[in-house]
Amino acid sequence: MRIPWTSYRVRIETRLDNPAWMSVVSSVLGVVLALIVGGFVLRAAGATDPVATYREIFKEGFGTFADWRAGIIALLTHDSCPKGLLCFGPISDTLVKASPILLTGLACILAFRMKLWNIGADGQMFLGAWAATAVAVFLLPKSTDRAVMLAVMALAGFSAGLVYGAIPGLLKAFLNINEIITTLMLNYIAYKWVEYFVVVGPWSIGDFESTGTFPKSATWPRLTEYAKQIPILAGLTAHPGILVGIGVALLLAWVLFRSRWGYEIRVSGDNPKAARYAGIGLKRNILLVMALSGAIAGLAGMNEVAALRELNGRFQRGYGFTGVIVAWLARLNPLAAILVAILFGGLLVGTQLIQPQGIASMLQGVILFVVVGTELLFRYRVQLEKIG
Amino acid sequence: MTEPLNAFELHGIVKRFPGVLANDNVDFACRVGEVHALLGENGAGKSTLMNVLAGLYRPESGEIFVGGRRVSFRSPQEAIAHGLGMVHQHFMLVAPHTVAENMVLGLDRPRFLLNLHRVEEQVAALAEQYGLSVNPRAKIWELSVGEQQRVEVLKMLFRGAKVLIMDEPTAVLTPQEVESLFHTLRDMTGRGHTIVFISHKLDEVVSIADRVTVMRRGRVTAANVPVKGTTKAELAKLMVGREILFQVEKKEAKPGEVVLAVDHLQAENDRHLPALRDVSLQVRAGEILGIAGVAGNGQRELAEVLTGLRRTTGGVMKFGQIRLDASTNWLEIGLRLAHIPEDRAAYGSVPNMSVAENLILKSFQHPPISSGWSINSAAVRKNAVRLIDEYKVDTPTVETPARMLSGGNLQRLILARETSGRPSLMVAVHPTRGLDVGATEAVHKLLIEQRDAGAAILLISEDLDELLSLSDRLAVMYEGQIVGEMPAKGANIQTIGLMMAGTKAVS
Amino acid sequence: MSHLSLIALALTILFGSLVSGTPLLFATLGEILAERSGVMNLGIEGMMLVGAMSGFAAWFHTGNLVLGLLTGMLFGGLLALLHAYITITLRADQVVSGLAVTFLGTGLSSILGAPYVGQRVPEPHAIMLPLLERVDLNQIILILVGLALAPLVWYYLNRTRPGLNLRSVGEYPSAADALGINVFRTRYLYVVFGGVMSGLGGAAMSLISDPGWVDGKTSGLGWIAVGLVIFASWDPLRGLWVSYFFGLLRRLPLDLQNPALPLVSTANYPSVGRFMDMLPYLATIFILILGSREAMRKRLGAPAALGTPYIRGERGL
Repeated sequence: MRIPWTSYRVRIETRLDNPAWMSVVSSVLGVVLALIVGGFVLRAAGATDPVATYREIFKEGFGTFADWRAGIIALLTHDSCPKGLLCFGPISDTLVKASPILLTGLACILAFRMKLWNIGADGQMFLGAWAATAVAVFLLPKSTDRAVMLAVMALAGFSAGLVYGAIPGLLKAFLNINEIITTLMLNYIAYKWVEYFVVVGPWSIGDFESTGTFPKSATWPRLTEYAKQIPILAGLTAHPGILVGIGVALLLAWVLFRSRWGYEIRVSGDNPKAARYAGIGLKRNILLVMALSGAIAGLAGMNEVAALRELNGRFQRGYGFTGVIVAWLARLNPLAAILVAILFGGLLVGTQLIQPQGIASMLQGVILFVVVGTELLFRYRVQLEKIG
Repeated sequence: MTEPLNAFELHGIVKRFPGVLANDNVDFACRVGEVHALLGENGAGKSTLMNVLAGLYRPESGEIFVGGRRVSFRSPQEAIAHGLGMVHQHFMLVAPHTVAENMVLGLDRPRFLLNLHRVEEQVAALAEQYGLSVNPRAKIWELSVGEQQRVEVLKMLFRGAKVLIMDEPTAVLTPQEVESLFHTLRDMTGRGHTIVFISHKLDEVVSIADRVTVMRRGRVTAANVPVKGTTKAELAKLMVGREILFQVEKKEAKPGEVVLAVDHLQAENDRHLPALRDVSLQVRAGEILGIAGVAGNGQRELAEVLTGLRRTTGGVMKFGQIRLDASTNWLEIGLRLAHIPEDRAAYGSVPNMSVAENLILKSFQHPPISSGWSINSAAVRKNAVRLIDEYKVDTPTVETPARMLSGGNLQRLILARETSGRPSLMVAVHPTRGLDVGATEAVHKLLIEQRDAGAAILLISEDLDELLSLSDRLAVMYEGQIVGEMPAKGANIQTIGLMMAGTKAVS
Repeated sequence: MSHLSLIALALTILFGSLVSGTPLLFATLGEILAERSGVMNLGIEGMMLVGAMSGFAAWFHTGNLVLGLLTGMLFGGLLALLHAYITITLRADQVVSGLAVTFLGTGLSSILGAPYVGQRVPEPHAIMLPLLERVDLNQIILILVGLALAPLVWYYLNRTRPGLNLRSVGEYPSAADALGINVFRTRYLYVVFGGVMSGLGGAAMSLISDPGWVDGKTSGLGWIAVGLVIFASWDPLRGLWVSYFFGLLRRLPLDLQNPALPLVSTANYPSVGRFMDMLPYLATIFILILGSREAMRKRLGAPAALGTPYIRGERGL
C-alpha cells in the first residue's frame, strides 16, 4: 500500500511473537478506551459529568472504601451496617449478577477454544431455567431437602442445556452446518418455548405471566438468611451461585490445560488438520464440546431461576451474548473469566439506576470493538519501506 | 529467406521468491503458429516463467518482447490486451455462474447492463468456429472438467488471445479428452495461434509439440529443440540432469521382514478423480524405499492413505500383521507409524501451542505423558527438554509457540516427535523441502539412523539426488501407478527420467 | 361473521403483513448483498436500532419524514463502515465484530434515544379505501417502495456487470481479483450498503410502520433478518416473499386474537401462537439441513467465500 505523494510504501506483516503481556494490555486498553468513548457518548446524551457518572457506577457496583471498612468492622464486631453506608451491599449484588455471566462466559470459552461459535448460550440458558423450574415446581415435592432439590435442579438445568447444545453440535459434526446460525435460531425457539409455558400455557398462574414463587427449598440460600447470627448480612442477596461458577471455572481450567481431552480440544481448535493427523476424533469432539458448552449455559439458567425464585415472562435475555464478550475479554481463559465476570457484574449493577439505561450495553459493545481492534493491531507489525 | 516471426520473446528473466530463485536468467521465445512445449519437473520454473509472461508476476529483471516491441505488464489484463492468455491448472471459473457470465467477468464492456443473450450468442459462435462444443447457458459446476477447460480456452479466445499458455492441461483429463484437446490445439495453430504447452509428460510433449524447451532448477537446459530431431531418452536426461550434488555416508542396508505391504491400492483425490490407480509395493525393515516422480502423480495421496488421512477405494494395506483400513485406530498405532508430512505448517504442527505440547502430539494418550484423564505436565516438560537437546531443536524455551520456529527447526521438532517413539515404519514426504543445507543434512542423517535402527522408511521426494543418495531401492510413480522399481545403486538416471515422464520403454 | 367483514379482515391482515414485513425486507435485501460479497454481518440489529432512533430524532426536530429516513440510512451506514473496517481491512473475526456492532448499536440507541421515548409520533396520512377504511398513505408508499426494490435488486444482481462482479467476489475472490476486480472495495461498498438498508428498515419502523421510539424498538428483528437471508437463499425475490411471510407471522397472533373469529381465533388457543412464532426459526434450520448436501448447496446459493477474510496471495506486482 503506497503512501501518496511519497516514495514510501507501508507494508503490514504478521508479527510472529505474541507475548502474554500484549494480550493483557489489549484487554485493559480496551476497557480504558471504552470508558473514554463512553464518556463522550454520555456527554452527548446530556450527562454533564461523565467522570462522576463512572464514579457512581463504581460505587453502586463495588462500594466505596468507606463501605468496605465499615462492613469489615461490623462483621468482626457482630454489628449491623451503620446508617448511610452500604457496606457489602454493592459487592453482594455484583456477585449475584456475576454468576450467570460467569457461567455463560465459561460456556463460550469452552466452545470457542475449539473454534465453535456457540452464540446460543442464551437459548441454552433458557432451557436450563425451564428444566430447573419443572423440577422445582412440578416434579419434586416442596418438602424436599433444600440441598437435594437444588442438586436435582442443577442436574436438570445441566441436562437440558446438554441436549440443547447437542443439537447444533450434531448438525455441525455430521452435516457441517454452520453453528452460528443454528444456535441463533435455537435461541429464539428457546425464548418462545419458555414463553409458551409461562405466559400462555400450563405453568402460568392466573393472569400473571409467571409460575409463582418457588418453594423455599428450590431457591438459593442467601446471606441475609443468616442475618440473625451475623447482623451485617442483613439484606444481602448473595448466594452460592457464584461459587458454582467459580467451581466450574476451576474445573474447566483443569480440563483445558491439564487433561487429555482438553489437549485434544485445544489442538482441534488451533489446527484441525493436525488434530486429524494425530488421530483425534473431530466429529466426536464437536458434539461433546457443543453439548457440554450448552450444559454449562443450562447451569446458568438454573442459577438464575434459583436466585429469582420464579420463572416469568421477564426472564432476562442477553446473558448469552454477554458471555461472548466475557469469553473474548478473558482471552478464553477460564480463570480470567472469573475476574471479568465480576467486573461485568459490577458494571451491570452499577448502571441499573443510571439513566439512560443503555450504558451497559453500549460500553460492552465499545469494549468488544476496542479489544478486537487492538488485538489485531498487535498482531501485525507496520513497516515502512522505500520503493524503487 | 525471412526468419520466422517470434510471437514473443523473454530475455534474461529473473524471478525470486523468498528463499528460492525460481527463474535464473531465462531466455525463451516462441514462433508464431507453433506448439512449443516447456518441459521440466515441478519446481523447474516453467509455471513461474509463464506467469511472468501472462502478467501475474513481475520479474526482478529481464525483458519481454511481444511482436518485436518491448512491453511490461502490471496485470494479467495488460497481458491479455497484448494477446497473451494463460489457462492455469486451477481454473479461474466461478462454479455457480454460467459459461457466459464467466466469459464476460472482468471485461470493460459492456459497462453496466449485461446483455447475456448476446454474450451467449457470441460464445456459441466462437465455440462453433473453433470446434469447441459448449453450452453457453450451462453452469460451470454442471460441466465436466474437460468441458471446463474448454471454457477457459474460450475465455482467452474471447478476449482476443493470440498466444495460449496451457499449464499442465492434461493432468485432469481422460485419454479421450486429451485427444480432443490436442485436436483443438492443432486446429488453433492452423489459424495462426501460438501454443505454449507446459508439461512433464514426455509422451504428450512428443506427440503435440513442434519444439521443446527443457528447464531444470530455474534454468534452461535445452532451448528450442525440434521434437523431430531428438529422442525421449535425451529429453528425459535434460529434464532430470545427471550430477549428484552430494553423497550421503551410509552402510549397506540389511533389509529384514516386510513391514509395509501395499496391494493394488486405489484412492481418489479431492476432486474425486482417481489418484492411486493400482499401487503395489513393499517396504522392509532396515531399508529406505524412495518414491520418485513428478509431484501430482499420486504421491501425496499415497502418503495420506498410509497415515489414515484419506480413504481408499480399493486394495489392501498391511502394516506388519495389521490391516490398515477405516476401522484402524490410528491413535494407537501412531507411535509405531511415523509421518513426516509434506506441509509442516498445515499438518505437522499446532502453531499456537508450545514446543513441548507439540512434541506430545502422538504420545499424549499414553503413559508416562498421561495417566488416566490427566496429562502429567512434569513429564511433558522432561520429554521436551530431552528431545530438543537430542534433536538440536533451536528454540528459546520449551514453552515457545511452535509458529515461531524457523522451517528447519520446525522440521527437527516434527522429526523428534515422530522418531522418538522408535517407529517401525516412517513415511517421509518431501522432508527437506525449503530447508537450508545444514537442516537438510540433519534430516538425512536422521533418516539413515532410523534405517540402521531397523525402521522401514518410505521416502517420497521430488529431489532425485536426495532419493538416489538416501534410498536403498527406488520406485517411480506416474499417474497413480508404480511404473518401475530398481535398486538405487547404479540406477540409470535416464531410465528413471523416462519413467517419471510416463514413457515405459526406452526409445 | 359476514362474508364482507371476513374479506375486510383478510385484507387488513394482508396489508398489515406487508407493512410489517417491509422494514424486514429492507434489512434482508441489504444483508443479501453484503453476504453475497462474502461478508457476514451479525450487527443488523444494532444498525436497525441506530437507524430507528436517529431517524425518529431527525423527524422530531425537523418534522420532515424523508429527512428522518435519510438520517436513519446515514447512521446505519456509519455503523456498517466500522464493521467493514474491522472485518475487511483488519481481517478480524466477522462474528465477534458483528456482535460488537449489535451491542454498540443497542446501547447507543438506548442512551441517545432516551429523550424521545413516548413523544409524539408522525401523523399518518389517512386516506379512505374500500373495505380497509382508514389507511396510512405513508404505509402504502412504504409497501410500494419495498415491492419495487426487491426486483430492482434482483435485476442489479443478476443482469448487470456490477452485480456479476459482486457475485464473483463472494464466490471466488481470488479469481475475481486475478480478473481485475477490487475485492476490498467491493466488500466495503456492499457492507456499507447493507448497513444503509438496515438503517432504512429501522427508520421505516419508527416512522411509518409502527411509529414511535422505545428502547429496543426492533425487538430482535435484525437477528431474524440474518436467518431470513438464508431462508431466502440469498435471492432478493425470495427475500420478498420471506419477509412478507414473517410480517404475516408477526401480525397473525394479534389478529387471530379477535374472538369473533369462529374456530380459528387464537383467543381460544393461545398456545398455538407461540408455536407459530417458532416456525420461521425451525424452518431456517430445516433449510440448512436440506442445504447440507452438496448438490443442494449449489442450488441454495450460499456464497462460497462467505465469512472468510480475503488475503491476497503473493503476486509480486
